Amino acid sequence: MKHLSLVSLLIAGVMLSACGTTETKAPVVDRSVATETAKPAAPAGPQVETHGLAAGATDQSQPLEANGSGIEGVSAADAAKLKDPNSLLSKRIVYFDFDKSAIKPEARPLIEAHAQFLKEHGQAKVVLQGNTDERGSREYNMALGQRRADSVKQAMAVLGVKDDQIETISFGEEKPVADGHDEAAWQQNRRTEIHYKGE
Amino acid sequence: MAGLLRLGAVLGLLLVSFLPGFARAGMSIEIVGGAASQIPIAIAPFAAPGASSNDPSAVVRADLEHSGLFKLVDTTGLGVPGEAQAVAFPQWRSRKADALVIGQISTLQDGRVEIRFRLYDVVRQSQLAGFSYVVPPAKARAMAHKIADIVYEKLIGVPGNFGGRIAYVLKHKGRYELQVADADGFNNVSIMRSPEPVISPVWSPDGNRVAYVSFERKKPVVFVQDLASGQRKAVANFKGSNSAPAWSPDGKKLAVALSKDASSQIYLINAGGGTPERLTRSNALDTEPAFSPDGSWIYFTSDRGGSPQIYRMRSSGGAASRVTFDGTYNVSPSLSPDGRYMSFIHQDGGGFHVAVLELASGQTQVLTDTPQDESPHFSPNSRSILYATHVGGREVLATVSVDGRIKQRLTLSGDLREPGWAP
Repeated sequence: MKHLSLVSLLIAGVMLSACGTTETKAPVVDRSVATETAKPAAPAGPQVETHGLAAGATDQSQPLEANGSGIEGVSAADAAKLKDPNSLLSKRIVYFDFDKSAIKPEARPLIEAHAQFLKEHGQAKVVLQGNTDERGSREYNMALGQRRADSVKQAMAVLGVKDDQIETISFGEEKPVADGHDEAAWQQNRRTEIHYKGE
Repeated sequence: MAGLLRLGAVLGLLLVSFLPGFARAGMSIEIVGGAASQIPIAIAPFAAPGASSNDPSAVVRADLEHSGLFKLVDTTGLGVPGEAQAVAFPQWRSRKADALVIGQISTLQDGRVEIRFRLYDVVRQSQLAGFSYVVPPAKARAMAHKIADIVYEKLIGVPGNFGGRIAYVLKHKGRYELQVADADGFNNVSIMRSPEPVISPVWSPDGNRVAYVSFERKKPVVFVQDLASGQRKAVANFKGSNSAPAWSPDGKKLAVALSKDASSQIYLINAGGGTPERLTRSNALDTEPAFSPDGSWIYFTSDRGGSPQIYRMRSSGGAASRVTFDGTYNVSPSLSPDGRYMSFIHQDGGGFHVAVLELASGQTQVLTDTPQDESPHFSPNSRSILYATHVGGREVLATVSVDGRIKQRLTLSGDLREPGWAP
C-alpha cells in the first residue's frame, strides 16, 4: 500500500538566479499529514473498510449480525404469506412511468394488500425503497427515487397505515435490477420496492 | 492498490505513455482537441549525472501536452543541457521553440534527490523561472508536476492544476472504492471500500476531509472522513435519505439534501454533525446544493417549476431565483472558484452534456457532445471542468476546458464516476 501525503511535500525550494551562482533559500513548507492511528469505529455495515493516508491508519468495520427476530408482531404463519407466490403480498415492486411518481392503476391491488397487512399487524414496519433508471444526474435521481417511495407511502397512508410503520428511502439509480441501457431495462428499474423490517 | 488497476484500452487520437518507472498506476490519458494556438515548447531530457533516477522531464512533458495549450518541440539530437551554460539558444530557435525547459536530477548522499530546472524564453534568451528542490525520491513525481505548474503559470498566466488531486468512485467487480489520486490519475489510493454504492465525494476546503454518501447501512447516509487517519463519522443519518453534501467555503458546514420532512429538501448541518437547519420549504424536489465561492449563495437543483432547473438562494435560506431557463433539464451546478462561471448538466435532443454559464453575461455554452455526462466540477484554477462520462460502454472521467476546446479522458480498468477536485 502506497501512502500519499496530503499535499505535495515541498521539503526545500531554492530559487536559482539567472546566472546560477547566487542562491536564495525559499521558505520551507511542510504540510505532511498527521500520523495518528485510527481507533476501531462502531460497526458500520458489511465489509466496509476505510484507509487513512497516514502510516498505519486503517479502519475495518465488523459485519452486522443479521436480525434473527423476524418481523415484529407478525407470526410465522402470517410472515409466510409474505413469501407465498399465490399471495399478492409476495409481490413487492411498484413500477413507474418515465419521470413520473404517480401510482399506476395496476399497482393498486398490490399496495392495498400490503396496506391491509400493515393495518392488521400494527407493530410491523416496512422500508419503501425508491429507484430510478440510469439517465441523468445521480443526485437528482436520488430525489426522484425518494418521491417514488413517498408516493407509495402516501397511497398506504390514505388506506390507513400509520406513519411510523413506514420509512421511505431512495437508492436513486444505484441499484438497478436490469443492467441494460434501453427502455426495456429502464422500465424495470423505475420502481419502489417494499421490504419488511426483520424479514 | 495499483494492482487492482490495469491499463485501460484507449481508442484515442493520441495516447500518451509515460516512462515505465512512472507508469505503475496503470492509467492512461487521452487528449481530444487542442487550443487554436499552442505555445511551442522544448523540454530537454533532464541531465542525471551519476544517477539512475527516473527523468522528471517525461512527466513535465506529459502534463503540458495534456493541457492542450502547448506544442512539444522535438528535442532529439540537441543534447542534454543540464545547466545554463550548456544552452545554445540558436539551436532551440531553429526548432521553432518559443520556450525551453532544462533541468537535472541527482541523488544526494543522504538518499534524497535534488531536482533543478530552468525555464527560458528562447526568443529573448532570458530565464523566466528557475528552482531547485530537494525531496525524498518518492516525491520526485510530485516535483515534476510542480515544475509543470510553474511553467504553465509563467507562460499562460494562471496557476496550473498538474500538482492537484482528485477523488472519484471506482466500481470494479461489483465493489465500490472511493479513491484519491494525483490529477493525472497516478498514486491512486483507496480511502474507503464497500460492497454497497458510494456517491458524491466532495473535498473539504482545507483538503483534509472528504464528505460522501454511502449506502452501506442499506440507506443513503452522509459521512465525513478524515483523510490522514481514515476515521469517519456519519454526519447526516436521519430518517429517510441523506444525500448531496456540499461544503461551505469556511469548511464548518455542509449543505445536504434530506428527506426527513419532505421528499428532498436542502438543509445546513455542522460538518461534525448535529441538528439540521432547513433552508428550502418547497413542495418540490430540492437537491444538489453548491455554494458560491464567497459563501453567500447556494445554487441548487429543483423541479418546483415543473422540470428540474437550477435556482439560487441566500446561504441562509429564503426566496430562490431561477438561474437556468433553456431546456427542460438543467442540473448539477458547480461554481468556478473565481466566481465567474457555473457549470452544469444540460439535456438536449442528443443527451446529457456539460454546459457552462458565464454568470455576468448570462451566456450559456454547451461544451461536450457525449450523451451521458454527469457530475461536473471546476478545477481549482477555474480553467477546466472535471466530469464523468461514458465512452465505449465504460464509465470514464474527463475534463473539458471552460472554452470547450480541450478535452482529456482518464481511463482505468473498472468504471470511474463521481469525480471531485481537491481545493
